[in-house]
Amino acid sequence: MSAVVSPIREPLITGNKTYHQITEDLCGPTEKAPNLAWIIAFIISIAFLTFGVFCIAWTIWFGIGSWDLNRTIGWGWDITNFVWWIGIGHAGTLISAILLLFRQKWRTGVNRAAEAMTIFAVLCAALFPGIHVGRAWVVFYFFPYPNTRGPLWPNFNSPLLWDLFAISTYFTVSLLFWYTGLVPDFASVRDRAKGFRKKIYNFVSFGWTGSAKHWQRWESLSLILAGIATPLVLSVHTIVSFDFATSVIPGWHTTIFPPYFVAGAIFSGFAMVLTLMLITRKILNLEDYITIAHIESMNKIILLTGTIVGVAYLTELFIAWYSGYIYEQFAFYNRVFGPYWWSYVGMMSCNVLSPQIFWSKKMRRNIFVTFVMSIFINIGMWFERFVIIATTLARDYLPSSWSWYDPTWVEIGIYLGTMGIFFTLYLLFTRVAPVVAAAEVKSILKTSGDQYAGKNAHSHGHGHGHGHHHETTHKVEYDDTADSAPLSAATPMPETKVEEVTEVVEENTMEKVVEESIGIIDDVEDDLKKIEGIGPKIEGLLKAGGFKTFAALAGADLDAIQKILDDAGPRYRIHDPATWSAQAKMAAEGRWEELQKWQDELDGGKE
Amino acid sequence: MKENQEVLFGLYDDETELLEAVKQAKAEHLDIMDVYTPFPVHGLDPILGLEESRLHIAGFIFGALGTLTAFLFMTWVFTRDWPVIFGGKPYWSVPAFIPITFELTVLFAAIGMVVTFYTICGLGPGVTNPVLDERISDDKFCLAFQTNGASNDSINSLKGFLQRTGASEVHQKVI
Repeated sequence: MSAVVSPIREPLITGNKTYHQITEDLCGPTEKAPNLAWIIAFIISIAFLTFGVFCIAWTIWFGIGSWDLNRTIGWGWDITNFVWWIGIGHAGTLISAILLLFRQKWRTGVNRAAEAMTIFAVLCAALFPGIHVGRAWVVFYFFPYPNTRGPLWPNFNSPLLWDLFAISTYFTVSLLFWYTGLVPDFASVRDRAKGFRKKIYNFVSFGWTGSAKHWQRWESLSLILAGIATPLVLSVHTIVSFDFATSVIPGWHTTIFPPYFVAGAIFSGFAMVLTLMLITRKILNLEDYITIAHIESMNKIILLTGTIVGVAYLTELFIAWYSGYIYEQFAFYNRVFGPYWWSYVGMMSCNVLSPQIFWSKKMRRNIFVTFVMSIFINIGMWFERFVIIATTLARDYLPSSWSWYDPTWVEIGIYLGTMGIFFTLYLLFTRVAPVVAAAEVKSILKTSGDQYAGKNAHSHGHGHGHGHHHETTHKVEYDDTADSAPLSAATPMPETKVEEVTEVVEENTMEKVVEESIGIIDDVEDDLKKIEGIGPKIEGLLKAGGFKTFAALAGADLDAIQKILDDAGPRYRIHDPATWSAQAKMAAEGRWEELQKWQDELDGGKE
Repeated sequence: MKENQEVLFGLYDDETELLEAVKQAKAEHLDIMDVYTPFPVHGLDPILGLEESRLHIAGFIFGALGTLTAFLFMTWVFTRDWPVIFGGKPYWSVPAFIPITFELTVLFAAIGMVVTFYTICGLGPGVTNPVLDERISDDKFCLAFQTNGASNDSINSLKGFLQRTGASEVHQKVI
């Protein structure tokens, strides 16, 4: 409600919701018994998880020899999976942090689930370095703690150690961010619960009351956490890419890696968010909160990041050729035409070619296509990491040490096991917490609910016959409004633009939305901005001062208006209201053409 | 333990009504105890006269602490405690310290700020605060006055105020 929202923007909450309905829809699923689909999915996930735990135990018991890694190929599925999961873990914080800073309202529909996904994905990722070291029971040697060996410290100059710090920090900050957002929603669940459930939710909601001061601090906290999480999310995959880029292996030792990895991470993260959200919205009936508009927004980001990744692939090839460095050239020749050529083809087709389908609006808004694409991208991004890691290592400097690598059943089992862990945690999450951030959705209802925004919006003030359905006034209104730019951007076809403009003005939403944004609703109000010299801010002041209609303003005393402006501070004092009441009189009497003619002569509302 | 508070509160159905009511209460110099809402209502803070949150100062201090901790610790380890040459680089190789310094800055700032937030709000695991009405976390907007030791007349005038400003329900509660 802090900003004027274009009425052309698609509503983000459909179904004509009330605040109570939002609570019902979002807290409800935690109160009911799970349905059959959930139970089946949970059993399958647990089965995968169990097998994964078995394979991890096998690895720890028999050692890394149970994998197919060898002296040449020291990193295989383990690090591939690690980077893949970390990449998936990037969308959550991106949605909740970067989109918060950019004031993207659509993030409220998906941020909660995406953040949960981030946390679970990072957990899965962190597993791999832990068991890859071989002696998992001394993995705490990673951490700089005062030990009895000197103390001997880890090598702070090593990217692998930076990785440890980056991922631990990322996990902690994401968890804090996520939980702080959950607290008010847990309070909603608490206040609806009875008995033992109430006790549990009372514990986890930290005694939240909804006090104005608490909300203020909560918002401040969210904003600052978003501010620091933004560079953090970019740093994490940058540092992951340092694991490769600071080595001297041809094909890894490139400066393009950090941005290329970050774009790839966002790309794969959004794909996984879509995979999950498309299923979640269906099973939990959240179509009103995770709308086609949300899906389209995410598909746009997928198109952008997929294309960035594509440019990075081509740049790598070009630079390899242009460098004239034969080892680099061979590394890339080997990726494209070597024994693992099929993984390169998989990567290129899934990551670069297939997302181009999203240039079509129809495809971006097609749920089935989106779902299939999200799976493709998950596969493609896995191949990307496999190409970078195993393919590159398989053909090193000496042909005598060239090698081949196939995963053993243990490695495949651990990978499937992380899927099990991920989905088990996610399914549990959908049972215990509102999957969509209820409080945040409520806060955008009045600007993005379909009864307030978009084509089907209806206004409380509608039907009072203000007279501004008159054709000639439309132009005036739009010229005076800051929203005219996004309006034209949102509707590329000239003829549709005209249609939509007319339609929206007739629906009377513009006034409605502006009124909402100032926080005043009254049954009888006019759009005072039609008067030259009055903008949304001054309109708000005047309405707060009691001048809500043209008629009221027409009869107003000049001194009274001047006083309102003077009281509002120096920014408003400079306005000259001399012509306003005369203009309002014309408007009140419906003399629109006369008014417009006069306004053409006026200079900013002054004679 | 704080002593019992007698609270008179009105529940509004819409945040715009609440904003108007708070505005009016301020104009009439009524002593508002607190306002409770299901979501952050924008525009409420200036009307209520709440000062801007200073949480960002805490964030900065904790972040700076993280920066110093990481950088000074690594400096101490590699120049004083156990100097080792890695790859022919100087002991004090500052560029290589940047990633960890950055991460710890963020980590300290985040943890410090979150802990500060819960501490100053008096919230935390297992804390139970009195709930005036269970629908405040759902769809009601609550304006509360403390009425300890208030005369019947003043309570009645407050009730009148709440009803006049459009509260759909008015309740009294001892918490």
